[in-house]
Amino acid sequence: MPIIEVQGLAKHYRVYRKPPGWKASLKGLFHRDYNLIEAVKDVSFNIQRGEMVAFLGPNGAGKTTTLKILSGLIYPTSGTVSVLGYVPWERDNAYRRRFSLVMGQKNQLWWDLPAQDSFILHREIYGIEASQFQRRVDELTDLLEVRKLVGQPVRELSLGERMRMELIAALLHSPEVLLLDEPTIGLDVVSQRRVQGFLRHYQEQQQMTVLLTSHYMKDVEVLCRRAIIINEGEIKHDGPLAEIVDRFSSVKQIQLQFAGVDIPADLERYGKIVERMPPRVKIEVPRQDIPKVLAALLDRYTIEDVGVQERPLEDAIAELFARQRPATNAQ
Amino acid sequence: MPSSLRIKWCILRTCIEERLVYRADFAFATLIRFLPIITQVFLWGAIYDASGPHSSKIINSYTYGDMVAYSLLVMLGRAFSSMPGLTTGIARDIRDGSIKKFLIQPIDILDYLFWHRVAHKIVYYVMACVPFALVFWLCRDYFRGWPDAWTLAGGCVLLLIAFLIGFLIESLMGLCAFWFLEVSSLVFVYMLCSYLLSGHMLPLDWLPSPYSDWIRLLPFKYLAFVPAAVFLQKYNHAQLAVEVELGIAWVMILYLLNRLTLARGLRRYSAYGG
Repeated sequence: MPIIEVQGLAKHYRVYRKPPGWKASLKGLFHRDYNLIEAVKDVSFNIQRGEMVAFLGPNGAGKTTTLKILSGLIYPTSGTVSVLGYVPWERDNAYRRRFSLVMGQKNQLWWDLPAQDSFILHREIYGIEASQFQRRVDELTDLLEVRKLVGQPVRELSLGERMRMELIAALLHSPEVLLLDEPTIGLDVVSQRRVQGFLRHYQEQQQMTVLLTSHYMKDVEVLCRRAIIINEGEIKHDGPLAEIVDRFSSVKQIQLQFAGVDIPADLERYGKIVERMPPRVKIEVPRQDIPKVLAALLDRYTIEDVGVQERPLEDAIAELFARQRPATNAQ
Repeated sequence: MPSSLRIKWCILRTCIEERLVYRADFAFATLIRFLPIITQVFLWGAIYDASGPHSSKIINSYTYGDMVAYSLLVMLGRAFSSMPGLTTGIARDIRDGSIKKFLIQPIDILDYLFWHRVAHKIVYYVMACVPFALVFWLCRDYFRGWPDAWTLAGGCVLLLIAFLIGFLIESLMGLCAFWFLEVSSLVFVYMLCSYLLSGHMLPLDWLPSPYSDWIRLLPFKYLAFVPAAVFLQKYNHAQLAVEVELGIAWVMILYLLNRLTLARGLRRYSAYGG
């Protein structure tokens, strides 16, 4: 039985539309025009226990709105949702004890106090036994390498350190469902990797159900096998991450290394050059043309090394979103 | 200790710790609050002086000494009922999305705000008790002796009611931010009204009928006038009991309004701020 069940979910907002200028501002005091924003429309998916699923989409696609509904922060306009058997927006305390929501850059910790004080408050709020609490704090602070920092006021921690403390606070009560909204946003590469590594390890160990939104495809590639792609409030793909490139990317990349230091000048007639680092070059070629182009290149030039690879996931998703945008704008 | 009490105690403890972080700012803000009372003492002195020596002049049954005592007791009442930053804090949390952390945890937001405010007040009283005692001691001659034990106990209960009503009115205004987002004008209007309607500016028994009759039906009188008048022994025991009962009724009404506003506000909440 799925842990998260979403059926026909929709969320509409009414947003004040203000034309530019002070006259419009004055007019707005007496009469306002509103736009109806369909943040989420007819979204359905199921997530099984222990799955770690990426929830992808461009800005404004409806990812965060969906997470807010799943965490009970907002009411949907229509549709049904069940998480661990609870309706999230009823905000049952029993449900709130069993899930966690981490929103990147949003502070749940007390800004002026050391993180350990926030952890103690969480212990009381979630009713964690003292011995279990200490064991978990020790384990999580060790895994995230922040043990020495728990006594330092949160405001004096770096963004990466703060994010790791946020994760600890979110995991102290051993949630069965973890909703992660951009957990690595704004972090440097080292902190990103540390958070990724931790999440992968901890999820495997605890068999938590995780729904993750991120704009960093590295997060997604490292952590998730399944991806749900949402755009303009609708689901565009729900399946294995590996399928995304096959399904949505119309091109592949040919990587060439030429003999000598120069790159031939007329390579553009074979495809789009995406990287030029003499003597190496990377060309994007339509999938169906790969054999023909490869044969022509090998025939014409002296090539020392050649390789054909899929486009990076990030590029494939960017292409998918770009492809859908003109269609939407034309509506 | 039951878990709900343990949570409240932990919130209270954590809030006190937080309040003590910025100790210099807090101490300064506490001390600076005594400035208005000094100006009031001088202002009433000037008013009573204008038509004769202090001791012989009586305005609306208040001598100059009564007025100074009243002003000091109003200051005491306001120390319980004023809630600096509560309304704007709630509105800010709603606007920038910080309120989310209270909605996803198994915790009641009104309960949290209440204990946060109790912590704020405890730290304030600890910091202010010595200056308060000093001011009252310096002005001891203006008081007409200690009230009896029942009046004293009733006055203390009314100070607690002042705290609850002050908290519930300001949190109610803060929760209006679910609809308006920005409530600073509401706060301004409230401050203006409560200055007059609570008896902070003038004793409410100075106002002519029917205005004073209407004003006495409102909850604002509990913020300053009623506790001050009780300590000044202007109520007999029967009147005191009625005021306590009415005060408790207002607490219950405002509590229900808070609950209703919170429930409706959360329905239209859009979890702004990402």
